Amino acid sequence: MMFFRNITIGQYIYRDSIIHKLDPRVKIITVILIITTIFLVNSWTGFFIIGFYLFINISLAKVHPKFVLKGIKPLLFIISFTLLIHFFTTPGDIIYRIWILNITREGIHRGLFISVRLFYLILSTSWLTLTTSPIALTDGIEKLLSFLKIIRVPAHEIAMMMTIALRFIPTLMEETEKIIKAQIARGADFESGNLVKRIQNFLPIIIPLFINAFHRADDLAIAMEARCYRGGEGRTHYRQLSINSIDHVFIIITLFILIVSYLWVV
Amino acid sequence: MFIHLKDVSYTYNLNMPFETVALKGINLKVNRGEFIGIIGHTGCGKTTLLQLLNGLIEPTKGQIFIENIDIHKNKKKLKEIRKKIGLSFQYPENQFFEENIFKEIAFGPKNMGVAEEQLVQSVKKSLQMVDMDYQSFKDRSPFSLSGGEMRRVAIASILAIDPEVIILDEPTASLDPQSCSKLLSVIVDLYQKYHKTIIMVSHNMEIMAKLARRIIVMEKGEIIMDDTPRNIFQKSIDRLEDIGLSLPQVTYTMYKLKKIGKPVSSGILTVEEAKEEILKLVNENKK
Ligand SMILES: Nc1ncnc2c1ncn2[C@@H]1O[C@H](COP(=O)(O)OP(=O)(O)O)[C@@H](O)[C@H]1O
Ligand SMILES: [Mg+2]
Repeated sequence: MMFFRNITIGQYIYRDSIIHKLDPRVKIITVILIITTIFLVNSWTGFFIIGFYLFINISLAKVHPKFVLKGIKPLLFIISFTLLIHFFTTPGDIIYRIWILNITREGIHRGLFISVRLFYLILSTSWLTLTTSPIALTDGIEKLLSFLKIIRVPAHEIAMMMTIALRFIPTLMEETEKIIKAQIARGADFESGNLVKRIQNFLPIIIPLFINAFHRADDLAIAMEARCYRGGEGRTHYRQLSINSIDHVFIIITLFILIVSYLWVV
Repeated sequence: MFIHLKDVSYTYNLNMPFETVALKGINLKVNRGEFIGIIGHTGCGKTTLLQLLNGLIEPTKGQIFIENIDIHKNKKKLKEIRKKIGLSFQYPENQFFEENIFKEIAFGPKNMGVAEEQLVQSVKKSLQMVDMDYQSFKDRSPFSLSGGEMRRVAIASILAIDPEVIILDEPTASLDPQSCSKLLSVIVDLYQKYHKTIIMVSHNMEIMAKLARRIIVMEKGEIIMDDTPRNIFQKSIDRLEDIGLSLPQVTYTMYKLKKIGKPVSSGILTVEEAKEEILKLVNENKK
């Protein structure tokens, strides 16, 4: 019954570290910068520098590498798949031949590049979610999006929806598991039968799940209204975000390293 | 002996950063015809224990025998186990999904391979066991019922599998007093009239003192007491107080009387017994 137990993406782990104390906006922007750079960099030295930078960031966060690597596991398949596709489909100098498949020097090169990029992409987003609480994350996103309010993008509402969704993911998972167990206790079988049968078998899970979720949404809406929630206009925050000197230093170092990694071509 | 847990431990998310030890070193034997009450604080592992009893989760250590067969040695047998041991989760009405009560209750037996012709019989019988009328309820939506009725239909949906053992996780949780006593009389019937073995979790000590023949007290994933209600509420009052569990009110009152030196016997479980004792005390004083 270990259906949902291995999901660690989006998991926040509290530690008393410099990285945890950084302003969420700084961390979000950092991740965006890293991702942009990853796709611009075109040399192994550049990748090495970024890798080293990520390694330092994760160490500073005092989060065990185990957690970070866990996030990569489910995507290992996609990474290896991309790697193989590139090996065999890129035209260029043939260095090895299996039956009708040709492995080219360019293919190896490109495949490895893409894999490393995906790997860094996951590393950096895990780094963000592991060290930033969902609340801080949505606060940060709201603030970052607030300039869009001018063109009527409802930044606050988007952030509120994200907060609620994030808040209810664990609840829904717990509930799904409970419902699955309860239906198994009534003899339900989720493992055998053909496709149609299997889809039918999921109705006893999906229907109660939806009914309960709607009830919960209803309750939540009433509870919010009872406390006079009226959207973002003029709303203040209990926790004020503030950028201080550590944030400045961090972003400057980050920018410096990323620019170096991009420009460094040996 | 029917169910036997041998040195069973269970840890959620084993080897993961958030692992929780829910049960450790549980030894438990359950015979046919027992009425067992399980008490303990929230989070002490009661629900986990119940799930182990019918093979929904596999112990991380130790073995579970049902009729002397290690149930996790042969996974194909698990469905048979669940047919013998019915488990009704807390708030079982949250698992309703069918359009009418007939289909809802027939879900279990259908899964267990009961033939179509016999489903009517099976649904009828289980509704009768929870004291509900087949004709007037069978076509109604399970979602249209009152809280107490929903609970009874949910229990009927377990009874329809015709299990020998009924496990109930906090069956009276958040019911109004009337529905609660109705449900309790149903449970008493299951035990006395239909000869089911009952294992039940409840926070209500009055209920436990009155109904259960054997009480298991759990704390922090361990069984710390396992005895008759009388013995538990007689000998272990201080221990129960220490871990913050309440006593039935009459038991507590009599206990306090005894503590201030009145010659009453301890371990009183019901109001009737208390009445006798107090009358005796009053008469004594008159003399
Ligand atoms: N699905 C689960 N995943 C992780 N931990 C759980 C899960 N269910 C229960 N636990 C933990 O196991 C312990 C025992 O829980 P439970 O058996 O539900 O206790 P009780 O029913 O006595 O309140 C608690 O610490 C609880 O947090
Ligand atoms: Mg429980």
